[in-house]
Amino acid sequence: MADIVIHNLRKEFGAFTAVQGSSFTIRDGEFFMLLGPSGCGKTTTLRMIAGLELPTSGEILMDGEDVSQRPASQRDIAMVFQMFALYPHMNVRRNISYPLVSQGVPRAQVQAKVAEVARILGITDILDKPVGGLSGGDRQRVALGRAIVRNPKAFMMDEPLGALDAEFREHMAEELRALHDRMGATTVYVTHDQLEAMQMGDKIVVMNHGVVEQFGTPQDIYDHPATLFVADFIGSPSMNVLPFQGAVRAGDRSVTLGTVTLATPELQQEAGGRDLVLGVRPEHVTLADDAPYRGRILASEYLGTSQIITLDTAHGVVKARAPSGQVVRSGDTVGLAFRAETLSLFDGGTGRALRTSANAGVFHG
Amino acid sequence: MSAYSVTEPSRASKSIAAVLVVVYAIITLLPLLWIISTGFKSGPDSISYPPKVLFEPSLEGYVNLFTTRTRIGAEQFAALPPPETWYDEIVRQSGTVIAGPSRFGERFMNSVIIGFGSTALSIFLGTLAAYAFSRFKVPLKDDLLFFILSTRMMPPIAVAIPIYLMYRELGLSDTHLGMILLYTAVNISLAVWLLKGFIDEIPREYEEAALIDGYTRFQAFRKVVLPQAATGIASTAIFCLIFAWNEYAFAVLLTSGKAQTAPPFIPTIIGVGGQDWPAVAAGATLFLLPVMIFTILLRKHLLRGITFGAVRK
Repeated sequence: MADIVIHNLRKEFGAFTAVQGSSFTIRDGEFFMLLGPSGCGKTTTLRMIAGLELPTSGEILMDGEDVSQRPASQRDIAMVFQMFALYPHMNVRRNISYPLVSQGVPRAQVQAKVAEVARILGITDILDKPVGGLSGGDRQRVALGRAIVRNPKAFMMDEPLGALDAEFREHMAEELRALHDRMGATTVYVTHDQLEAMQMGDKIVVMNHGVVEQFGTPQDIYDHPATLFVADFIGSPSMNVLPFQGAVRAGDRSVTLGTVTLATPELQQEAGGRDLVLGVRPEHVTLADDAPYRGRILASEYLGTSQIITLDTAHGVVKARAPSGQVVRSGDTVGLAFRAETLSLFDGGTGRALRTSANAGVFHG
Repeated sequence: MSAYSVTEPSRASKSIAAVLVVVYAIITLLPLLWIISTGFKSGPDSISYPPKVLFEPSLEGYVNLFTTRTRIGAEQFAALPPPETWYDEIVRQSGTVIAGPSRFGERFMNSVIIGFGSTALSIFLGTLAAYAFSRFKVPLKDDLLFFILSTRMMPPIAVAIPIYLMYRELGLSDTHLGMILLYTAVNISLAVWLLKGFIDEIPREYEEAALIDGYTRFQAFRKVVLPQAATGIASTAIFCLIFAWNEYAFAVLLTSGKAQTAPPFIPTIIGVGGQDWPAVAAGATLFLLPVMIFTILLRKHLLRGITFGAVRK
């Protein structure tokens, strides 16, 4: 197992730049998520780590050694593909043993190892079946078996749950995470599903248009998005963004939206006379009759334990998560209270979060 | 995965389909039946009118195909010892004796060597080229593919004279190698295009999985792509073989003594002793067999789906 350091990694396909100068570090044993919308460069990044694409520039260090220009076969990593890519002309046993055969492992040892992996994954009974007739879950397990059979330095997973039915995904996600915890293997996992990333990942890299938007733990990314893109992409419903004009100085503990002053975490940088954006998660908005910031209720969605209330305000639509028991009527105008310590402020021009006492510890410089 | 719905055809449309298939089969098989039966007829039976459907089978045609015969004087004929073999006996019935073996066996072997040789070479080169065109960034790929296809746009025989002159200069006339290269040159465009289509259909993930499992690009090609492309390779091989096997014009032009194939040879049988239709039909029947056997052997591959269920789409 190994640390993987990505330094200034860049990939161009002709005139198109798929990944522009990514840098992040994957610690030994981490379950590491590459998250982003389709076309954001996450799969290209994974393929570069795996050796299926060679980077245009930049470094990929595994255990301190630059492997960026080495072919996949020499990197000692394993990969699980979205479509599983089981060899269709081989049965389950041969599929799983194939990576060992390539290394010239003696037959008896291959058999023993395959049997062990099959036991871990609970697929002993299908070892001699052709892969053609297997269910999605079993195919997934065979693909995992092929990956774990030879103790590689790291696992690459390219949306491995993407081809599964919704009900089965949940189950496989748990199985995957349990398998990871048991083996302690460094895993790089690509997904476009933010819930999956939050649920399974130790660390998340959020990418967009080939750029790393933020890199951190799921909680840091959720609570303190570094950019407006992350604020919008993570969370369901996503963070409310209220654009306003104004100026802030370091040391300020409030902002003024129109005529209403709202308390915020202490600002540590200034942003003068520009478009600013206030960000607040729906669960940090509460309906309070006496609050000065007003909004008109447009609709409410019932979600069982909670409800999402959509309100129209002077700074756009705001969603609030309220207990489902709270009675609201469309058309009513109510006051909105925001939890001060959870608020984020963004520079509307660059889209980057302003440094405050709340998020200062999250940003790496 | 989606299944498309199929409505059960009605009895009437099933019957019509069955009748059409049977009629079509009869139309296509009738000439074959005629050739095969003529091969077993005696000389007079083969040209009788109306044609005999029921006849006494004879191996005269086959014996004549494999032998050259000569007519000898009546006293000499009477003085001959009794025939030693069944084919001696058949030949004697028409008042001739066997002078020696014909060249049919040799020509047939030439056809086998050149036909299968050029098919193997076309498939070998075609598969490698198709894989490269399918998977790698080849400069001017589209232009190259069009150029390869364009060699098919004229009938090959249109370049017969330049090829004849080139082959004479290069010493390739009337050689096995020359004919193998020529048929390969004609077939390669078909092979590249057909195989590229088949290889395009094989998901890249298979090879990538093999690359990650520690195999080199060539090993991945050989152990993962080739088995997947077996269906395409089999059908392409059949097309290539049928062309090389049946080719007549170049064979007439470029071969005579050493490397002559069966197609230009079979018609020459006609002139040996009157119009010997049974021998011609026997030659044609034997000539049909290798392609039929080859097709039947590869039939399994033609019918089997390639990526049955291993990749979810």
